[in-house]
Amino acid sequence: MSSPRTLFAIGMTGLTFLAAAIALLILVAILSYVVINGGSRVSLDLFTQLPPVAVIKTGGGFGNALIGTLMTVMIAVLLSVPFGILAAIYLSEFGRETLFSSIVDFLTNVLSGVPSIVVGVFAYGVIVTKTGFSLKLGFSAIAGGVALAVLMLPIVVRTAAEALESVPNDVRQAAIGLGATQFQTVFRIVLPAAIPSITTGVMLAVARAAGETAPLILTTLFGYSWINSLIAPPTPTLSVLVFNFATGPSRNQQQLAWAASLILVALVLITSLLSRLAIRRKV
Amino acid sequence: MSAATGNPSSAISQRSATSKTLDTGFILLTRIFAAGVGILLLWIAIIVGIQAIPAIQTFGLGFITSSTWNPVKDIYGAWPHVYGTLVSASIALLLALPVGVGVALFLSEDFLPARIQNILVFVLELLAAIPSVVYGFWGIVVLIPTMRYVGGLLNRTLGWLPLFALPPGQTEVTGPGMHVAGVVLAIMILPIIAAISRDALISVAPELRQAALGLGATRWETILKIMLPAASSGIVGGTMLALGRALGETMAVTMVIGNAKAASTSVLLPASTIASLLANEFAEADGLQLSSLMYTALILFGLTLLVNVLAEVIVRRFRQI
Repeated sequence: MSSPRTLFAIGMTGLTFLAAAIALLILVAILSYVVINGGSRVSLDLFTQLPPVAVIKTGGGFGNALIGTLMTVMIAVLLSVPFGILAAIYLSEFGRETLFSSIVDFLTNVLSGVPSIVVGVFAYGVIVTKTGFSLKLGFSAIAGGVALAVLMLPIVVRTAAEALESVPNDVRQAAIGLGATQFQTVFRIVLPAAIPSITTGVMLAVARAAGETAPLILTTLFGYSWINSLIAPPTPTLSVLVFNFATGPSRNQQQLAWAASLILVALVLITSLLSRLAIRRKV
Repeated sequence: MSAATGNPSSAISQRSATSKTLDTGFILLTRIFAAGVGILLLWIAIIVGIQAIPAIQTFGLGFITSSTWNPVKDIYGAWPHVYGTLVSASIALLLALPVGVGVALFLSEDFLPARIQNILVFVLELLAAIPSVVYGFWGIVVLIPTMRYVGGLLNRTLGWLPLFALPPGQTEVTGPGMHVAGVVLAIMILPIIAAISRDALISVAPELRQAALGLGATRWETILKIMLPAASSGIVGGTMLALGRALGETMAVTMVIGNAKAASTSVLLPASTIASLLANEFAEADGLQLSSLMYTALILFGLTLLVNVLAEVIVRRFRQI
């Protein structure tokens, strides 16, 4: 009854819906596994106890890994946020439409494409290794923080530059017209106006960094005791705990790995939701 | 650009010298940090390169094509890992590209109201943000058993192809392998392809669509003959970015690929990638083995750099139009 053209169109539309359904189904499958398996293990013990070794059948937590993740991410934020915001200020305030800034913009995108494991190798070479042009600190929270900072930097630069660029030009002209210097205009007027969007961008970068594993297995290692130094091994983190415990045979450790996955996924979920809300409020 | 420093008329008092120096100093400082991004990229290349030097001197370019990886005899070659990197990324592209473009069409056409489309945009955002190690764990628990079944099916029906063959004596797909890694990677790069293809489709000039519809084309004739060709550079760029991501992806792949030491034609067998080799051996390596690992990291860096630069150039071109 229908012409072949119509039948073809219906078939293709069906395939498109199928593609969308696949994407949705995968997300639901992953989230449900993480929530069901991880949720059953959530208790206060997770945050106060130390990880159990493989032979211990029940109990334990990952208090030390939580602290390790907080420490490495904090170091990464302290390094990448000032660096990224200063670079973004140049891109949006002083270098707009110049060749130099378009090159920097290009390199920022290229940097964000460098595999995280290669960034781990870099941090190993700059901080950990005992030879060559290295700080020779050994496996440590600092080394992990530096690796995460490199991974966060392009995200911070890009979101901060976008946030600064979206501040209307009238505001800058008004400030300069009143006799403010460039420095005053940026720090007293433009930057405060852009801070909410920059915060959202930094939060997204933090959520990504907290889940990064590859660079950390090359720089922080893992341990079963509390961390007592920024520069001495081992520095356990949640993401490395998931890797180590997921691939091991112990049921107890696998349950803890699910619980740690739940925390990492919840972090990503919450920051994504918050950033959506922030964007909606602004528009 | 610096309107404040340039034009004090006679009526306005001159700004003090310190204030001017402070301002120029500030601009210079931001410029230095902006340059820092590029310097960092160069620094990464130099650090990885320097540590690879002993292995480069020992093995030369033959390293890439040699298949031995023997820490006992201190002989190293990267071929199985280079091969695994390229093949797993290709499988991922093959699987993710049709689904990704389908999702992009779903999001750029008006099949459903914008409110429902927004949900899918959020789904993609989350898929892109789930940590790689969680994908790997999920892959071990869900994907490996599923793919053992799918792999078995492929072997029974298409087993005469070397691609889906099993070695003599082996009748069952064991579990981890190249095919599982390919599927995990496909899931991980799907959001990149979908998001960038959608941007490309949306930015096609509406006149083109209107003209096609006005000439009597159906929606799908318009999509296939007008929209997709017009957005092709963006879709290719997005696919290249996704390829770069797939080449360097580490944790999920390490957890499901089986980490075999040899390259095999069949995708149903365990394999290894450069990234998974690094993740497995780096912490315990030293001497020439460590330097060889650095050499593989350098190869991976070069490979992803090439792909990403090309992708960036293509994406930029379509954004300018």
